[in-house]
Amino acid sequence: MQIQMNVNGADRSADIEARTLLVHFLREDLGLTGTNVGCDTSSCGACTVHVNGESVKSCTMLAVSANGETVTTIEGLASGGEMHPMQTSFMENHGLQCGYCTPGMVMASVSLLKENPNPSEAEVREGLEGNLCRCTGYHNIVKAVLAAAG
Amino acid sequence: MTAVMGSPRLRKEDPALLTGENKFVDDIQAVGQLWMGMVRSPFAHAKVNGINAEPAKSMPGVYAVYTGAELMDMGLWAAPLPCAWPVTPDMVNPPHYPVATDEVHHVGEIVAVVLADSRYEAADAVEKVEVDYAELPAVGSVEAALTDAATAHSDHATNKAFTWALEPNPDGVNDAFANAAHTVTGEFLQQRLIPAAMEPRGVLAIPSPHGGDITMYTSTQVPHILKVMMAATTGISEAKIRIIAPAVGGGFGAKLNVNPDESLALTLANKLGRPVRWTETRTEAAFSTHQGRGQRQKIEVAADADGKLLGVRVHLDADMGAYMMLITPGVPLLGSFLYTGVYDVPAFGFTCDGWFTNLTPTDAYRGAGRPEASYAIERAMDMLAQKVGITPEEVRRRNYLGGGDAFENLDVASTLTFDSGHYGPNLDMALNMAKIADLRAEQQRRRDAGESKQLGIGLCTYVEICGLAPSRALAGLAYGAGGWEAGTVRMLPTGKVEVVTGSTPHGQGHETSWSMIVADKLGVDPDDVEVLHSDTAISPLGLDTYGSRSLAVGGVAISMACDKVIDKARLIAAHQLEANPDDLEFESGRFGVKGSPDKGLLIQEVAYGAFTAHNLPDGMEPNINEQMVFDPPNFAFPFGTHVAVVEVDENTGETTLLDYIAVDDCGNQVNPLIVEGQVHGGIVQGVAQALFEGAEYDEDGQCKNPSFLDYLVPSAMEVPSIKTDYTYTPSTSNPMGVKGVGEAGTIGSAAAVINGICDALSPYGVSDIEMPASPMRVWKTIQDAKAGA
Ligand code: FES
Ligand code: FES
Repeated sequence: MQIQMNVNGADRSADIEARTLLVHFLREDLGLTGTNVGCDTSSCGACTVHVNGESVKSCTMLAVSANGETVTTIEGLASGGEMHPMQTSFMENHGLQCGYCTPGMVMASVSLLKENPNPSEAEVREGLEGNLCRCTGYHNIVKAVLAAAG
Repeated sequence: MTAVMGSPRLRKEDPALLTGENKFVDDIQAVGQLWMGMVRSPFAHAKVNGINAEPAKSMPGVYAVYTGAELMDMGLWAAPLPCAWPVTPDMVNPPHYPVATDEVHHVGEIVAVVLADSRYEAADAVEKVEVDYAELPAVGSVEAALTDAATAHSDHATNKAFTWALEPNPDGVNDAFANAAHTVTGEFLQQRLIPAAMEPRGVLAIPSPHGGDITMYTSTQVPHILKVMMAATTGISEAKIRIIAPAVGGGFGAKLNVNPDESLALTLANKLGRPVRWTETRTEAAFSTHQGRGQRQKIEVAADADGKLLGVRVHLDADMGAYMMLITPGVPLLGSFLYTGVYDVPAFGFTCDGWFTNLTPTDAYRGAGRPEASYAIERAMDMLAQKVGITPEEVRRRNYLGGGDAFENLDVASTLTFDSGHYGPNLDMALNMAKIADLRAEQQRRRDAGESKQLGIGLCTYVEICGLAPSRALAGLAYGAGGWEAGTVRMLPTGKVEVVTGSTPHGQGHETSWSMIVADKLGVDPDDVEVLHSDTAISPLGLDTYGSRSLAVGGVAISMACDKVIDKARLIAAHQLEANPDDLEFESGRFGVKGSPDKGLLIQEVAYGAFTAHNLPDGMEPNINEQMVFDPPNFAFPFGTHVAVVEVDENTGETTLLDYIAVDDCGNQVNPLIVEGQVHGGIVQGVAQALFEGAEYDEDGQCKNPSFLDYLVPSAMEVPSIKTDYTYTPSTSNPMGVKGVGEAGTIGSAAAVINGICDALSPYGVSDIEMPASPMRVWKTIQDAKAGA
């Protein structure tokens, strides 16, 4: 079926199978492979994107449900060749190793700070509960988010 | 120029990973690709009576369906999947082909393969394949295996695969136990762990019909090893196979194997002339990717009246799972040498029986044998302290190798020679950071007040074996390959430096660290160094990344290749400056003539001169392109002290990790930022084993928690921030004095946490608790102890 949505500032449309997950639409139809898939039970958050500014696990949403909506993926976060402050903070605080969880983690962190601009360490940990990382032990991810909050 | 080595330099890998630009296997598309869907056995042990693939063949998008028997008939394989570590000459090694034909031996074993145009269509068609199974009695645990009531392979008379022994001094061990004032016995279960790298494994094989060669992208730690093994088992010429590990999302040992799916993709793509791909789902990974640990341990410790060790005796029953994969049987052996820990043990003996079960095969997982060893000896040391009536730190101090003082090249009872160690100050630093006296006072206060939340302080002083490995030592262990690593450093005409490494990073930041090594050596900017890796066509020589070997072997090879670059550049510079090579000083990237400060050449200028070749010494080859293959003379032995501060709620059984202190010593450090990241991640993986994770099976060999819904990989909520510091004891095993740190955290943390819980619960008379120490298990242990008291 035909869908259209605004992705990273561009209007995109496609003819897809009704059961296509948003994450597969983004990755395979639009070639936006920065959004990753880490599980099949909505547990890991590797697929986190923003839909209308809200953080969403794109493996839990059908592409058709995002029809007409505005979607931002990790590829849309940097602007004018400059990384988003959250991306910079992850780099400066060594908040990533293999980088697989990272796009989802960064997207979740951006919306965490949007909702709570000055979180405590405990609030950051709680806010990122839905995003798993196997490499960093979270220490530097939490540090990066706190640093980005300033 | 400021010092590069030892500075916390930000990673050059990060921007591409942070913006989604990097390509993991599943991100790469190939025109005309076919998706594999695996038809997997729902039974742990069964006869395959027949397969009806017809209903699947007519599904939309389906290109072909092949049963196991059909695939075997296609002649895709010259040999079964490899086990590179036949630990004994008589080890039982049942043939393990990528697909089963007559009998399946674990849940998830592949019995047929669907090829379809999309991943959805492949998944749909898998559902339509009808397989007629006759269930057989399954061996669902190592305990069941020991009885031989059923055998995991119906043509085997016993489940035992091998017995391996390291008994350098059996009489000494007997004497030690005969003369001991104290003995303790610990029996521990190292539960099976699902490695759960965040990137699921995936593979894409692309044939080039006109070139006659084939390229395989795969989510692997070991492209070089895989290339050799694929050639050996498929009969496709090694020279025709190119393996590429693109961005790889974590490995932890789980991507150190030669897997059925990889062999299927390669051979089918080769046969059909179409790209063939597959990506495991997370839940599938519990069956399609090997698991870690899976050992029953018995450790006995003999000590004199003061708690001074006299002997250590260990027996393992190790769960191989259904098949011997690449290094399945070798994993317990890697640990065997570490059961004496950091201690001066006069007599040591170790035996291990390997057992087949009808479970997913086990193999390397972060630490591979060494966390298990460290856990056993460190738990036993705490038990001994309790028996002798001294503190955990005191029992350790009394037994440290070298008396806790600095040592080098010391022979230990497990037959190895430790490169260097200095355990006393490392322990002191950790105890100071933890404020141990304050903690003990608070613990006492809570006990006196009868509070429901008890405090526990868990200590672990570990050592690990890194820098795998001296090739001759591997020969002695019957390992089927060497342990060297290759590195090439080439100066480009424009003065940039290209580095080719045989190490294969998957999160460790080798591009950054190797650049720093080169920058330090050659006096160039780290950003002018490009590190190439993980593609057998670009880096033809290598033995990849595992066993905390990359820096201590691969990084050292790069450093030594830089020495060769300097040697050659010096000859060119001397020639062009009309000076004696011995009269040149190389500093900050410039060859200067001693005594003539103005006369000199930058290494970049020399590189250009080597490229034009207009004015080289007679007979010298143009260009500077130096390779070093480093075979380390010895392993490296990092060590450290970890302190876990836990709070155990006796009403709920819940354990909260309040604080974690880690003082590690990995010798000289290249990039402390990266070291620290490795320590953090390693610790949380060990904590996860102690508190949360464990693959659970019922007696029929069914995994009860294959998905992330039930298998509890900890989130940021479950772990605290970690306090780290370091001591620096250079290794004598390599010229850089580096040791390795990838597995250290994992090796120290499980024991520290469980020691902490046992410390918290000691007033109830609890002396042990099985991992993972879930709230239910802790609560029950407390209740049982209370009832027994
Ligand atoms: S892939 Fe979406 S939550 Fe794991
Ligand atoms: S950086 Fe590897 S999973 Fe988070």
